Amino acid sequence: MNLSKIFKNVFLVVIFGLIVTACATKKSVKTTTESSTTTKAAETQKADPIEKLDALMQGDVYIGSDTVGELASGVPDRVFFATNETILTTASRETLRKQAAWLRQNADVTVVVEGHADERGTREYNLALGERRANAAKDYLMTYGVSSDRIKVLSYGKERPVDSGSNPLSWSKNRRSVTVKAN
Amino acid sequence: MRNKLLLFFVFCLIIKPSISYSLVEIDITRGNLDPLPISVSPFFADEISKEKIKNNLDIDNLGLEISKVIENNLSKTGLFDTLDKESFLQKPDIAHLKPRFEDWALIKSQVLITGKVNFKTINDKDYIKIEFKLWDILGAKMVDGFSLTTVPTNWRRVGHKISDKVYERLTGESGYFDTRIIYVAEEGPKTQRVKKLAIMDQDGFNTKYLTLGNELVLTPRFNPTNQMVTYLSYFRNMPRVYLLNIETGKQEVVGDFPGMTFAPRFSPDGKKIIMSLAKDGNSEIWVRNLETNIQEKLTDHPSIDTSPSYSPDGKYITFNSDRSGYQQIYVMRSDGSKVKRISFGKGIYGTPVWSPRGDLIAFTKLHKGKFFIGVMRTDGTGERLLTENFYQEAPSWSPNGRIIIFYRETKTDDKGQGFSAKLWSIDLTGYNERLVPTETDGSDPSWSSLLGN
Repeated sequence: MNLSKIFKNVFLVVIFGLIVTACATKKSVKTTTESSTTTKAAETQKADPIEKLDALMQGDVYIGSDTVGELASGVPDRVFFATNETILTTASRETLRKQAAWLRQNADVTVVVEGHADERGTREYNLALGERRANAAKDYLMTYGVSSDRIKVLSYGKERPVDSGSNPLSWSKNRRSVTVKAN
Repeated sequence: MRNKLLLFFVFCLIIKPSISYSLVEIDITRGNLDPLPISVSPFFADEISKEKIKNNLDIDNLGLEISKVIENNLSKTGLFDTLDKESFLQKPDIAHLKPRFEDWALIKSQVLITGKVNFKTINDKDYIKIEFKLWDILGAKMVDGFSLTTVPTNWRRVGHKISDKVYERLTGESGYFDTRIIYVAEEGPKTQRVKKLAIMDQDGFNTKYLTLGNELVLTPRFNPTNQMVTYLSYFRNMPRVYLLNIETGKQEVVGDFPGMTFAPRFSPDGKKIIMSLAKDGNSEIWVRNLETNIQEKLTDHPSIDTSPSYSPDGKYITFNSDRSGYQQIYVMRSDGSKVKRISFGKGIYGTPVWSPRGDLIAFTKLHKGKFFIGVMRTDGTGERLLTENFYQEAPSWSPNGRIIIFYRETKTDDKGQGFSAKLWSIDLTGYNERLVPTETDGSDPSWSSLLGN
């Protein structure tokens, strides 16, 4: 009785193993043919989407460099926010300190800080949220010596996304405040 | 200008039979799964009128077109089953004099609409006189009707007025067909949308664009008492609430505020505008009286307070605030006192809009990555979700409070393509969800009250 049961189990395990191997083989063959016909860029994207996302987002704050422009040479123009948040991350504060330093050196420059939200919120609330984000950045610039009359804020809410995707990575790029030269 | 836009009904005579009661009645408080069979006979016009109408409007058969306007209105309610004109046995002119009820009963029609169009010239001015009758087939009698005379270009509005009368007679509720919808017309890629104010008849006809698209415009809302509109414009990169007269095209900034003003809405008497003012990272609700120019701050809280909407008696304001951590719906007295949170369900709640009947508040809800349009009682009880989708918001009530119009956006694909924004409507019952036709993409709809004469 017991013996037959063990036999049965072993048999099942062997069968299962065969199926898995068969599947794996089939899959790897398919992948090879696919990648041989697609471009290198697509291949990298396919490599491991989860790992890639981890490298681009911390929590749900964007930490990559895509879409990031420069206010001046070596001074990034934007900082990113978590969903529904206006808190500045360590990286954001570093960016804003660079902006403040540059603005202190270029005293004739005035800026507009544009606040943005992602598309996952109601339009009117997002207008308010964008204004709150822009002011978070403005306040930080002011603490680092830029006078308030040199900084205007302008909220676009969710009206001007920089990435048109409907996925967490795109949304993280859109939750931003951008410092733009006004003169 | 005024004559063109404001409608010009010269003469309006109601022919009502002495006893007017109907056997046919529709209960519209539930989803209607058994629509009432109704026949709309083409309206009759004699050869001379036909000829003159053709010259004036370039329409071959105006009577047929008017009947189609009515048919389209009624069938879209989901309450009526409009029968195929091919099956009609009786000619329009004879049916209008007195229908042979057996013929209409034979095709299972319970209600019949007939009518007549006459072209007239009075003092060198052209008019059309349109007469309509509503017949109860089973009761074998006329139950309602009227005739009115107007300028020929108003013919679609006559169709809407007849639809309103029929709806009112058969449901016991006031209609909503002779109304307009103002919305934001959208075009272009998602990252560079061009937005214009647009206005159209409730059935999607007669679209007119009120701005050119040079600056971003958002959230137009009708004054419930006249043809004024309030909206948000980014003119000169200064987002401010504006007031627009859609008859004259004249527009002006509302008030003098030291920051972005947004989320405007009229008071029920049309004399005030409530809105949010965002300044130094904080949004509060303000009211401005358009007659006295006095403006007053109503909320005082470091959180975001926005999307205010008055109760129809003007005594209360509902709004959304994130003072509890996330967006929730609140109600306060219209002087800003007695603030009370009313939404306690799971999820985030926004865009509360008080129903014109006063008993419900429509809202947008975000829960588990889905957006819902729903309604709740004004104390927050009885929450009912009407529709669920990837993204939808901005409910606006039909003037009779039976239908909610809103906009819905689609999810883009992996390449960021396939974005669209469309207007949709749904009955308060949660049934009869429909795409509202627009020439371009559309968002932020606001429904006018019934137009006057």
